[in-house]
Amino acid sequence: MTHTLGRPDFDLIAAWIKPGHRVLDLGCGDGTLLKHLIDTRGVQGWGVEIEDANILAAIRNGINVIQGNLERGLDEFADQAFDHVVLSRTLQTVRHTEGILREMLRVGREAVVSFPNFAYWKNLRSVLDGRMPVSEDLPYQWYDSPNVRFFTLLDFEALCNRMGLIIRERSVLDEEGNPVTHEVNFLGSLAVYRLTQNR
Amino acid sequence: MPGQSVGVVESQRAHFDQPLHLRSGGVLPAYDLVYETYGTLNAAKSNAILVCHALSGHHHVAGHYADQPDNIGWWNNIIGPGRPLDTDRFFIVGLNNLGGCHGSTGPSSINPATGKPWGADFPMVAVVDWVHAQARLADLLGIDSWAAIMGGSLGGMQALRWSITYPERVRNAIVIAAAPKLSAQNIAFNDVARQAILTDPDFHGGNYYEHNTRPVRGLRLARMLGHITYLSDDQMGEKFGRELRNSAFSFGFGVEFEIESYLRYQGDKFAGYFDANTYLLMTKALDYFDPSREDNGDLNVTMARSQANFLITSFTTDWRFTPARSKEIVAALLANGRNVSYAEIGLSFGHDSFLMEDAHYHGVIDAYLRNIKL
Repeated sequence: MTHTLGRPDFDLIAAWIKPGHRVLDLGCGDGTLLKHLIDTRGVQGWGVEIEDANILAAIRNGINVIQGNLERGLDEFADQAFDHVVLSRTLQTVRHTEGILREMLRVGREAVVSFPNFAYWKNLRSVLDGRMPVSEDLPYQWYDSPNVRFFTLLDFEALCNRMGLIIRERSVLDEEGNPVTHEVNFLGSLAVYRLTQNR
Repeated sequence: MPGQSVGVVESQRAHFDQPLHLRSGGVLPAYDLVYETYGTLNAAKSNAILVCHALSGHHHVAGHYADQPDNIGWWNNIIGPGRPLDTDRFFIVGLNNLGGCHGSTGPSSINPATGKPWGADFPMVAVVDWVHAQARLADLLGIDSWAAIMGGSLGGMQALRWSITYPERVRNAIVIAAAPKLSAQNIAFNDVARQAILTDPDFHGGNYYEHNTRPVRGLRLARMLGHITYLSDDQMGEKFGRELRNSAFSFGFGVEFEIESYLRYQGDKFAGYFDANTYLLMTKALDYFDPSREDNGDLNVTMARSQANFLITSFTTDWRFTPARSKEIVAALLANGRNVSYAEIGLSFGHDSFLMEDAHYHGVIDAYLRNIKL
């Protein structure tokens, strides 16, 4: 998926990352987030992408990008090689959900995961109206969507709990990118989590 | 083809009389290197790209000679004004490696000590020896540090070796369709090719020049075998299938299938101009290549010596040096926190894909080179 500059989760992610950190962005698209982090936080960054067009765009953006398939794991990366491993709006497109989360915390100290919340009230209303949701954070028709996993904040947190992952921070945004602080599973369109695990 | 050819080019020759001590323990007291350059070296001498050749390549990388308009360089499609190796911006250098048979000192050159061709006496040369010789050519041209060193296959291995041996002289290394060392299968293919040459009755222990003959049959077989490994099964199937030259079987050993015709033609063509001793040397240089050997096989330790930024590319249908082999290099660079990008290009031409013109493949090289600061 292609990142668009000015996406609200970028600023949240940037705030969690310290200058000079080593960052791996999985599904980095054309490298916009990494470029943002390099420019604003002085990080050292690498991306992983599967699409040829994005590989070309990321290289054009001057970003380190490794062509690979997240479904096959992160074999080329050593244990704890990164401070942060970012998976921005991509988890819902990955079939091996547990596998990628485990891999993220194998190669990185912390994982930063953002995803669209399928329980967002507009999405629920859309389904009640009989149609699959299409929104700012779910911008696809059902027949052309790259998304293969449909889940909510509560679902994700239950999985983290089952996997023994620690949620260090969570930010939830509405469709306009404004922070949501209550009834997050109902009022939040996009969630950003900062995860770690006991080692 | 976007961009233009560099047009008419000339080759040059440089003589070096400082002895070169080789990896094998041998010494070359003096030697010549033939080379070509395209574009203009800038005042800061910061825009030079070295293009290293693979097993059968040479210094004629791009353009054509005034008196030989059909003799076009082997990587012409990527070099020239408006092409990825843009001669409006870069100064490109290509050379024929030591041990070669296209003008640089090699087994078919005259050994000054005897007045006869070196033949079997030519010392074994390794990739690191080529790199040292190339460094002397860089000194001669006044190039302290290359903007990029680039190559496919054995050429990629030279780029990799440069980044380890002269880390301060390589700002970018573009390593295409290569491997950090050969596999047992790679070595096995090379040895069958060598055996074809070594057992040819016309080989005469490597001194066939004196007998006014050449081990053409062995060299032809070696090339036919090699050629199979450069192509992909799919592409061969698509191009030749089981097509027959005539419509019916002839139940003999002559040329029947189109693939036989093609391979024999390629073998004959190659055996007509290439030197068998050079072929032997080049395949041994491939077999010996393993920079991690200096570090007990730990490529991560070896690549820690590099300082360059890297672009690594492989081809999905390359079964000679598969994408997995390129990823070994990528992993070692990542382990050292190096700047590296890796593209796995979907082209159907097997190992030979690196010579093909493809919008995405050339786009990746172009995008990478455009970001190089001079």
